[in-house]
Amino acid sequence: MGFWQRLLQLDRKWIFLGIAIVVIIPLIKPLGLPIKPTKPVQDLFNYIDTLGPQSDAIFLVCDFDPSLMPELMPMIQSILRHCLTKGVPVILHGGLYPAYIGIAKMAIDEVAAEFPEKKSGEDYVFLGFIPGVTAVILAIGIDIASTFKTDYYGVPIDSLPMMYGIKNYSDISLVVDISGSSSPESWLMYGQERYSVNVGLGCTAVSAPSYYAFLQSGQFVGMMGGMKGAAEYEELLARKGYPAGKRPATTGMDSQSFAHLLIILLVILGNIGYFVVRRAERKAGMERRKR
Amino acid sequence: MKKRVPLLITFITGFIVIVSFFVPHRPFGALETETLIWYSIILGFTLLIGVDSLVRLHTRQIRRKKKGWWYSIVFFAGFFYCLTIGIISLIRTPNPFQPGTVFFYGYETILIPLQSTMFALLAFFVASASYRAFRARNLDATLLLITAVIVMIGRVPAGHKLWTRLPGIANWVFDVLQMGPMRGIMIGVALGAVAMSLRLILGIERTYLS
Repeated sequence: MGFWQRLLQLDRKWIFLGIAIVVIIPLIKPLGLPIKPTKPVQDLFNYIDTLGPQSDAIFLVCDFDPSLMPELMPMIQSILRHCLTKGVPVILHGGLYPAYIGIAKMAIDEVAAEFPEKKSGEDYVFLGFIPGVTAVILAIGIDIASTFKTDYYGVPIDSLPMMYGIKNYSDISLVVDISGSSSPESWLMYGQERYSVNVGLGCTAVSAPSYYAFLQSGQFVGMMGGMKGAAEYEELLARKGYPAGKRPATTGMDSQSFAHLLIILLVILGNIGYFVVRRAERKAGMERRKR
Repeated sequence: MKKRVPLLITFITGFIVIVSFFVPHRPFGALETETLIWYSIILGFTLLIGVDSLVRLHTRQIRRKKKGWWYSIVFFAGFFYCLTIGIISLIRTPNPFQPGTVFFYGYETILIPLQSTMFALLAFFVASASYRAFRARNLDATLLLITAVIVMIGRVPAGHKLWTRLPGIANWVFDVLQMGPMRGIMIGVALGAVAMSLRLILGIERTYLS
């Protein structure tokens, strides 16, 4: 058996080992590869950056489960940091499905600890889960207080100082949906089309291509796609001198870079092997026929 | 009667939702609010139906000792564990997701690592599958392969290090190349959804009644 044939039959355990190495080493020792922010992320950042304490609130939605934390958690935390730094009132919604609320709780706990002067109910509001999915999106357009009744901690929404002037979408400058599902389309259909609220988006790298059409049409204010988008947002925060936390997405991009390079190398090797072996087989076949 | 009543309910609710979407004024606006409350209540019951269906399915699997029946025991262990700690946490605190509750402890130490592990495994299998299956066998496959390589390398910082124009090319693939087919698919799906909704509202599509 030749070299290429052996290579084509390589045990997948070696591939797994290679991936593990290229992912783990940059996580332990980050290389700090440069992050260049792209237009969709820059647009979202700029939109939030123009807001201030007197602006309408940001409605930040945590619509993903634990499996997507590495990609999407840095997004939600970066936006929370951005809003709290700028003093923009931010309403964090624990998601349209029950499994997401724990993630939102973890996100707000970590970021709020970095801003001890910011108080729940005064500078930010954390809303829990209520069933309904699209019905919740529509109901927020009518009245937030009657939809949720209390915040996550059980405090009536009417009694929260930050919510005094906030009734529905007309008092919200932007909805940012950090999502691992198709919920951004629901926010567009029921939130934007019906109530004309601006919508921004954070999504996984896999689902990003399906949202470019909405981005080009201007229906989304901006978009963070995958860990790359989160890293770009962290980079923009750092460039402005805002707190950016430990920048987990930026660190993760080093690993992702090397994982992609390894996969490309494997694909190239696999194709060379495929053509070399195919050529050798054809040649052997022709020789057999000649005999 | 068994069929007419559900068809009538579908027609009336569908009609109210459509009209109230375009006419948010009285009486349709108030009707929409009422419909949303009903929707939330019904959705709560559908969760119960889901639980009932799961429990029935796994009970049947165990009773008939079907292949992999012991996975059903794992299901019941997980199900009763979540149910028990959820109720305990709910009695002790108003919210089971409060840090320090048994439920949140289970969420943090079991659900998060399990889901993260499942998703992380994808990286290994994608690498292995790409190596074995991504072959330039014909022109279509070659074009797909070249595009995939450009996007994969252009979307990471290493791509910019290798060639500064690579991220721009990857973005062009996203902004231009993939947009046409994607728009076509989306418009097709939307038209299909509208057609199916109309069929349901008008009672032409009745498979959901069986």
